[in-house]
Amino acid sequence: MPTEPQTTQPAQRAAGGGGWDDLVLAALKRNDVRLVTYVPDRVLTPLIAKIHADPFFTAFATTREEEAIGIIAGAWMGGMRGTLLMQTSGFATLANVLASLVVPSQIPAIMFVSERGTLGEFNLGQALVCRTMRPVLDSLAMEHRTVTRLDELDFIVDRSIKQAVATQAPVALILSPLLTGGKVFKSEAASA
Amino acid sequence: MSKSAANPSRQAAVGAQASGNAKVMNRYELTCRLVGKLQNGEAVIGGIGNTNFDLWAAGQRPENYYMLGSMGLACPIALGVAIAQPKRRVFALEGDGSLLMQLGCLSTIAARAPKNLAIVVFDNGVYQITGAQPTPAAGVADIVAIARASGIAVSAWAADEDDFDRLIAAALTAEAPSLIAVRIDTKPAVGATDRDPVQIRERFMRGIGVR
Ligand SMILES: Cc1ncc(C[n+]2csc(CCOP(=O)(O)OP(=O)(O)O)c2C)c(N)n1
Repeated sequence: MPTEPQTTQPAQRAAGGGGWDDLVLAALKRNDVRLVTYVPDRVLTPLIAKIHADPFFTAFATTREEEAIGIIAGAWMGGMRGTLLMQTSGFATLANVLASLVVPSQIPAIMFVSERGTLGEFNLGQALVCRTMRPVLDSLAMEHRTVTRLDELDFIVDRSIKQAVATQAPVALILSPLLTGGKVFKSEAASA
Repeated sequence: MSKSAANPSRQAAVGAQASGNAKVMNRYELTCRLVGKLQNGEAVIGGIGNTNFDLWAAGQRPENYYMLGSMGLACPIALGVAIAQPKRRVFALEGDGSLLMQLGCLSTIAARAPKNLAIVVFDNGVYQITGAQPTPAAGVADIVAIARASGIAVSAWAADEDDFDRLIAAALTAEAPSLIAVRIDTKPAVGATDRDPVQIRERFMRGIGVR
């Protein structure tokens, strides 16, 4: 019987040892994105821990993803770049704030979404929620990139952040299970 | 909320500082009082609808930000500004219905504890702008009690206009985030904001020295 879906599949590692989390952290730093808000996701745990451990960042959890978008929008208007880390179901709560604040006000909200609901999802609800994400992004003509490979991560994330700031437009960077390892059943992981 | 006087048992549970003891005031008049006290480029974030319309009507300071959508996000936006500019005082003006949609932000603010952030909640007990339907909290919940229990210790009902002035003056030099709740009548705003989101955002950023 499959039990608690706790186990995370091994993520891609570069020859030098830097994982996707180290590369995301480095790209945020290089682009002076100091404010990091999040509603956690299991897959994001190592990235969140490393960001908290680095005094460069002001990092904290919020009670809703929508709230976090308000905070990073305010921070950006106040001169500080910010990002929001969340999972797919968190993104699904954002259509109203994106359409009524971020997009019409031209605010470069930088979002990272840990992609759940695909490539071996065990939860039907997550799978359905995942299908709403790209149609919402496309309906608002928002820039979004799905990162599947470690060797492309820095290029995509670094350039996308720079473009978001330069064009004053939000961007969603979707971290695929192909990159992060995602989440699988314990029993499957044990037999894998 | 403003109907709590009609519910004595609830009122007793909340105590002497419940909203039922506060005078019913007017949003536009109080907003003018607030704006009149701002001498140091304080940023003001006006929540959706009547709240930002009255802020607009009270004089279009460049340090004002007017929310055209995103109901419930006046406090989170103000928190973001307060984090980015710790030397500038920031006020969030929000309606009771709007705050009820995003109560979790009170705990986030309490946890971050920005010294430079103050919240004013205009409590008319209704969603005035959509037809004055009572909120689910009207008569049963107390905004100040909610704020205190969420961790914002410096939270109070303004008893009347003079008390409001005093609480605002305290917020201008406070060392912790504060929340001021005011009972207001159910009148609509006296003006209406020009609805140009990019211009509003750009003017605000220039007003607070980012552009
Ligand atoms: C998510 C969302 N739900 C509903 C609305 C419609 N709406 C706009 S303003 C408003 C009422 C706001 O009430 P409150 O903050 O108490 O202010 P008041 O109108 O009483 O001044 C509502 C329900 C909306 N804009 N967004």
